[in-house]
Amino acid sequence: MNFVTTIGLEVHVELKTNSKIFSPSPVQFGAEPNANTNVIDWGYPGVLPTANKGVVEAGIKAATALHAEIEQETYFDRKNYFYPDNPKAYQITQHEKPIAHDGWLEIEVDGQKKKIGIEEMHIEEDAGKNTHASTHSYVDLNRQGTPLIEIVSKPDISSPAEAYAYCEALRQRIQFTGVSDVKMEEGSMRVDVNISIRPAGSDTYGVKTEMKNLNSFNYVKKSLEYEEQRQQRVLMSGGQVQQETRRFDETTGKTILMRVKEGSDDYRYFPEPDIPVVEISDDWINDVKATIPEMPGSRRNRYVNDFGLTPYDAGVLTQTKEMSDFFDATVAQGADPKLTSNYLQGDVNAFLNENKVDLQDTKLTPENLAGMIKMISDETISSKIAKKVFKAIMAGSDPVKWVNDKGLVQLSDPAQLQPIIDNVLENNQQSIDDFKNGKDRAVGFLVGQIMKQTHGKANPKVVNKLLMASLQAR
Amino acid sequence: MDFFNQDLTSLHADLVAKKISAAELTQATFDNMAKTDAKVDAFLNLNADAALKNAQAIDAKGINVDNLLAGIPVGVKDNIVTKGLTTTAASKMLENFVPVYNATVVDKMLANDMVIVGKTNMDEFAMGGSTENSAFKVTKNPWDVSRVPGGSSGGSAVAVASGQVPVAYGSDTGGSIRQPASFNGIVGMKPTYGRVSRWGLIAFGSSLDQIGPMTRTVKDNAAALNLIAGNDVHDGTSSKREVPDFTAGLTGDIKGMKIALPKEYMGDGIDPKVREVIKNAVKQFEDLGATVEEVSLPHSRYGVSAYYIIASSEASSNLQRFDGIRYGFRAQDVKNLEDVYVRSRSEGFGDEVKRRIMLGTFSLSAGYYDAYFHKAGQVRTMIIDDFNKVFNDYDLIIGPTAPTPAFKIGDEISDPVTMYMNDVLTIPVNLAGLPGMSIPAGLADGMPVGLQLIGKSFDESTLYKAGYAFEQATDFHQATPDLGGTN
Repeated sequence: MNFVTTIGLEVHVELKTNSKIFSPSPVQFGAEPNANTNVIDWGYPGVLPTANKGVVEAGIKAATALHAEIEQETYFDRKNYFYPDNPKAYQITQHEKPIAHDGWLEIEVDGQKKKIGIEEMHIEEDAGKNTHASTHSYVDLNRQGTPLIEIVSKPDISSPAEAYAYCEALRQRIQFTGVSDVKMEEGSMRVDVNISIRPAGSDTYGVKTEMKNLNSFNYVKKSLEYEEQRQQRVLMSGGQVQQETRRFDETTGKTILMRVKEGSDDYRYFPEPDIPVVEISDDWINDVKATIPEMPGSRRNRYVNDFGLTPYDAGVLTQTKEMSDFFDATVAQGADPKLTSNYLQGDVNAFLNENKVDLQDTKLTPENLAGMIKMISDETISSKIAKKVFKAIMAGSDPVKWVNDKGLVQLSDPAQLQPIIDNVLENNQQSIDDFKNGKDRAVGFLVGQIMKQTHGKANPKVVNKLLMASLQAR
Repeated sequence: MDFFNQDLTSLHADLVAKKISAAELTQATFDNMAKTDAKVDAFLNLNADAALKNAQAIDAKGINVDNLLAGIPVGVKDNIVTKGLTTTAASKMLENFVPVYNATVVDKMLANDMVIVGKTNMDEFAMGGSTENSAFKVTKNPWDVSRVPGGSSGGSAVAVASGQVPVAYGSDTGGSIRQPASFNGIVGMKPTYGRVSRWGLIAFGSSLDQIGPMTRTVKDNAAALNLIAGNDVHDGTSSKREVPDFTAGLTGDIKGMKIALPKEYMGDGIDPKVREVIKNAVKQFEDLGATVEEVSLPHSRYGVSAYYIIASSEASSNLQRFDGIRYGFRAQDVKNLEDVYVRSRSEGFGDEVKRRIMLGTFSLSAGYYDAYFHKAGQVRTMIIDDFNKVFNDYDLIIGPTAPTPAFKIGDEISDPVTMYMNDVLTIPVNLAGLPGMSIPAGLADGMPVGLQLIGKSFDESTLYKAGYAFEQATDFHQATPDLGGTN
């Protein structure tokens, strides 16, 4: 029997704001427990939340990146439940009137492009964190009140590979807006998935299972693949899929039952009376939109059409906004786009992987990379010397000054090179004879001798040309 | 020292003239309280040491001649948080709770040199109309100590009515300032929603709560509202509107003022003696040159039902933070997390609070939300429309504040619905977010009866203007209870 798979994703993205969504406490990863808290975060008697305008603006940016419609009037709701990491015993979220709805993302799987709909996007606060010891539990409220956006997909995703591509596309577009670091490893992007299958031709969805807090896109894909097959096995053997929450075991690659859902939880949502309705004017939306950087798709088109890069290279360069911005800045300094692309994907990327750092954490600047590339293009330095210059610019040196100081400028002047060539030829009659007898290898030996004399600074092209002319003349 | 014969203007003159110092005034207040409060139990917690120190500091820097409230002793309802001073909301849940910050209104009191002498008793978490729901003590009406002072700001009302302080602040969610003001023969103002910051007011019904002043005279009240009104960055629902000087325009002249009297406020269920007092008040306004005409607020009769759903729903959520985890009461010998929650809340909250938590939780539950919470919101809109229609043609609405004078302690506490009906005339004002004030309008069988004045949104000034004219033309505000010669 053939089955149709339907996958839904709920992605939480932590916003990179200075202060929390409803309190002035700082937002900061890795602080001492409860250092970034105040009376509002403690849910102290008498406190009130006030909405951080920056969070609404970040929401407008994210909604724009997701092609979503932004509400003119949006408001917050309370979601009520007791838990020690939730000090007010309600989470302030958006239930009835989320800030944006009906967006889409374009994904590509095996060369096939597809639009995935976005049901809604809302703003909410994160909870704190509980840690359990043998006799006590500890509550850290640093994360309490960190602003989040939650993006809920429409049931348009029909395979684990599409789910992976959706995560990639979503991460990339959000990353380009600058509203979040979208780092899975720091928890600034968290993914919940649900999946159901139904026999082909059936028009009602099957019963779905959920998996929460998957911490890599790979696990998203693998857990869905496992779950897709498990559900098929259940149905094929005449069983029924239960509505349940399952956990993905990363070591076995299997999903494990956590709890069966009986009915739905009653969170007693109602409009948050402490925060007035947020009115979002067209002017405000336009002002915010004007600050959104160019999105990756547009950059890819530009790289291919204006710079002649391959679509593959354009794709790699637009993986992160930092890389793409760096590329643009380097090219803007006059560096050759193809060489820049090669360096960023080659030597620079190797450096980042080796040192496990991000581009913005290195000493490399677009000015210095462009300086080196321009010297390569105009043959001021050889590609061999360039290897040394690269190390220097990764250490923060100005390439032009460094090359001059070290006296590594390439020898391209025939008037300087000819006497050296003449001298080498005079001392290597055997090689001249070999050349005359058709042994091409002799040329390599002679070039090597010339390079040795010039300490590797001779321009190989010029040397070749002068050497061949000299050999012919003898 | 008593505050029966001296209003803020004359007290201020004495302070400026150094006939009395702020420290002496504060000491006299505590001396008087020692005698008086033993009879009426208005205060939960006194602030003697800090108050005297503050008063001395105020004397040292001198009384600001432009500030009527400088050096004046004040009582603060115990649901308004005071840094370093125990704040219980009259609940076992917060019996030993010492806040680490001040409510905005408290900061304003201190910045304006008021001397906070103590925290006043109330119904637990402001839920009730008799102050009998306090977990700690029952406050008595100074006019007849066998009667309730009203509530929930009963302690603040009695602190003023028994001559212990000239000013106290209360909070009003469905009538909690106006009804006790009425029962005690004083002036109580519930400002427009958003006029006063709620930062530091322990929330009951967040869309309804307002802090307001309780005083012996209208002018004192206007000065006391001046001090706390205004926008606050800590409260997103506080209004950015400019705050007028509420003491301006108190001329006694209200000729041509158009006053509405809702027929629903004078019908069945209103004690005939109360109606009589209000009829006399109407005549008084007409004598002052105002016109008084009958109008209708047809949906006000649904107010109590809508209110108890909305306020209880919000309260059920607001009071969830009292979970025994971070502060306040925690049950002993608990087995697990759920036990912490269930037992701390079962043992920490009183019956009325539990009743409202259950009512609110039910009203918000899936399957009941539309029939209750949502429907109540629609009723609220209709009540607002009723008021808007009347205010198209009138400057002011008047009527009784409460259906009866103060009832006997113990009479209604076991009958919640009768108790809830006490608020029938005050609740619509909170639902509509309007300003409402109760002023003394006379006595019925020796007990005070309050006249309620309801104004347009952010038009407290008209209430004060009309209230002042009425007060100047009558002597009801000069009547004082007899506490057996202790005053």
